[in-house]
Amino acid sequence: MTARSASRTRHLLPASLVLALAATVFWLSVTREPADAFLFPRLTGGIMLLLAAWNFARAALGLARTGDGLDRTTLGRVAPGVLVMLVLVLFAAKALGFYTASFVAFVVLYSLYDPAPHDSPVTWAKRLAIAAAFMLVVYLLFTLLLKVQIPRGALL
Amino acid sequence: MDFLQYFGGVFEPLSFALLVGGTVGGLVLGATPGLSPTMAVALLIPFTFQLAPTQGLILLGAAYTATVAGGAVSAILLRIPGAPANIATALDGNGMARRGEGTRALHLSFMASGVGGIIGVLLLIFLTPLLARWALAFGPSHLFWMAILGVTVIGSLDSKSFVKGLLSGCLGLWLSMIGYDDIQGAQRFIFHDALTGGVNIITALIGIFAIPQVIEMLAGGRRRADVVAVAVAKQSISGSLRILFHHPRALAIGTAIGSFVGLVPGVGGQIAGLLAYDQTRKFSADGDTFGQGNPAGVISAEAANNAMVGPSLVPLLTLSIPGSPTAAVLLGGLLIHGIFPGSDLFENHPEVAWTFIDSMLVGQVLMVVFGIWIARYAARVTRVPPAVMAPAVLVLALFGSYSVQQSMGDVQVMLVLGLAMYVLERFGFSAAPLVLGLILGPIAEANFIQGSMIAAASDGPWVYFLNGTLNIVLMTLVLLSVLWSFLTSGRGGGELPVHGPAGSESR
Repeated sequence: MTARSASRTRHLLPASLVLALAATVFWLSVTREPADAFLFPRLTGGIMLLLAAWNFARAALGLARTGDGLDRTTLGRVAPGVLVMLVLVLFAAKALGFYTASFVAFVVLYSLYDPAPHDSPVTWAKRLAIAAAFMLVVYLLFTLLLKVQIPRGALL
Repeated sequence: MDFLQYFGGVFEPLSFALLVGGTVGGLVLGATPGLSPTMAVALLIPFTFQLAPTQGLILLGAAYTATVAGGAVSAILLRIPGAPANIATALDGNGMARRGEGTRALHLSFMASGVGGIIGVLLLIFLTPLLARWALAFGPSHLFWMAILGVTVIGSLDSKSFVKGLLSGCLGLWLSMIGYDDIQGAQRFIFHDALTGGVNIITALIGIFAIPQVIEMLAGGRRRADVVAVAVAKQSISGSLRILFHHPRALAIGTAIGSFVGLVPGVGGQIAGLLAYDQTRKFSADGDTFGQGNPAGVISAEAANNAMVGPSLVPLLTLSIPGSPTAAVLLGGLLIHGIFPGSDLFENHPEVAWTFIDSMLVGQVLMVVFGIWIARYAARVTRVPPAVMAPAVLVLALFGSYSVQQSMGDVQVMLVLGLAMYVLERFGFSAAPLVLGLILGPIAEANFIQGSMIAAASDGPWVYFLNGTLNIVLMTLVLLSVLWSFLTSGRGGGELPVHGPAGSESR
């Protein structure tokens, strides 16, 4: 695969998505009412569409060179972490409460990316202790100091 | 001499406690690999809600100054710059540390940062009122062009690809329009219930700066850190002071270049440090020893990156144009307290403006004192593994974004923006212009609408927006910033080949 075709393969999908977004923004800006409320969006959307088209053309011609893109190795490494984030924010935080869900997410993320062996009780004790200590600091900061009403679940 | 009048405010108990806390916390955060000044300041903003504007700004300003200086710790001991501004510091700082002079290098970096920082803040003190008075002459058309200039300058200079830099700025402008239109009350781009109130600036800042860094930390996978911190031995402060004053040229070059670079919006500490390092090497008799542990390299780089901090706030406080990504986050911190930079700040809130600026001066001194104190424990700070840091930042981002408006929708928006920014950065887009677009979007739109109304009642929009000396100067600057980036990023409006996330330098 030549450098140009590799660049094309890597950049075409994100360039297409940005172009689609810019086209949607521009289309909504010119079709929605009241027209006066979309005056500035029309101006910005038009410029954005031009730039996105230019960016797409460069990607299609294999001229886009900035950024390494996302290779399979990186995706494989970050995917479990991103999954934990999504579960935490979209489901667990509300269902279990912020403190419980965050504690669990902290321990899970720490365990997933900690190079220490999983079969050692000392390792697990350390992970749980660090997560608990950090959550205590968060509790002191947000609930006691800032007095933020944090959603509570079954436990905390 | 307005700044002297408000000096007392810095020493009020809570203000001073925040200044000390922000400085120590900033030094520790800066020393921790993977935590950038911009992200640290963004994560701190929710803590300023319950504070008075002055105190909130004191905390953010102290954290900004100290994280930039603290980044030298990991640069020296690990050869991993804590922030892009510390890249040049790693070149000679790590060489000194490997020679057994780690503590000396840390002392020199904090002392040089202090000298550069104080001169930078003095520049801020004397230039800001002049520019703020000049800003009084600005009407809606000028403010519109100023906001656009802010986006194009950072879009052009911060990104390696000018098309992607400007596109990032446009994406930010678009994000700022989501929600209800201020004048007509019309719904715009509300694709989900979470977007009904628009994209909250603080939520967006936390997501855009914190989440990509969490993912970057996770991208290293499940492996031990392959870098080892150099042990630090005890070394005398007086000996370090003697070395500092044996290199006045390095100190002067670093301070002068840092101060100048800080005044140019969008250029940032990375350029300041590298430029000062390069010039010091050229003017040095022992230039060939640079890169092998020459103290002059550490002194010039650190003096430059901290001298940049004060001047980078001049365009922010007077013209609403942040000089660096971290200054952009500070702008967000000002706006949430209902304070607009420019003449309004110095006319209507002088106590906020001057106490904040004075606190930065005192903060530089505290930074040197606590930096030297922390130097002996520095090796421990740098050992926090990414497996601990990543979930810690994630949890802070979760709680921080929720605390803004106590809304789960904000938390979801924070995560979606953060994930999107990570992907965009991997493909060469940049966080700084996007954030600038988001922050300056409402200012640009409000002045565009106001200007259009004035234009409709007078000579029409073309005359109103495109005529007049100041309009022409500002438009020329907008065009020059785009043209400069076009010419410097390769022929055909292209891109410089960059490996790794292009926007990472902006964090």
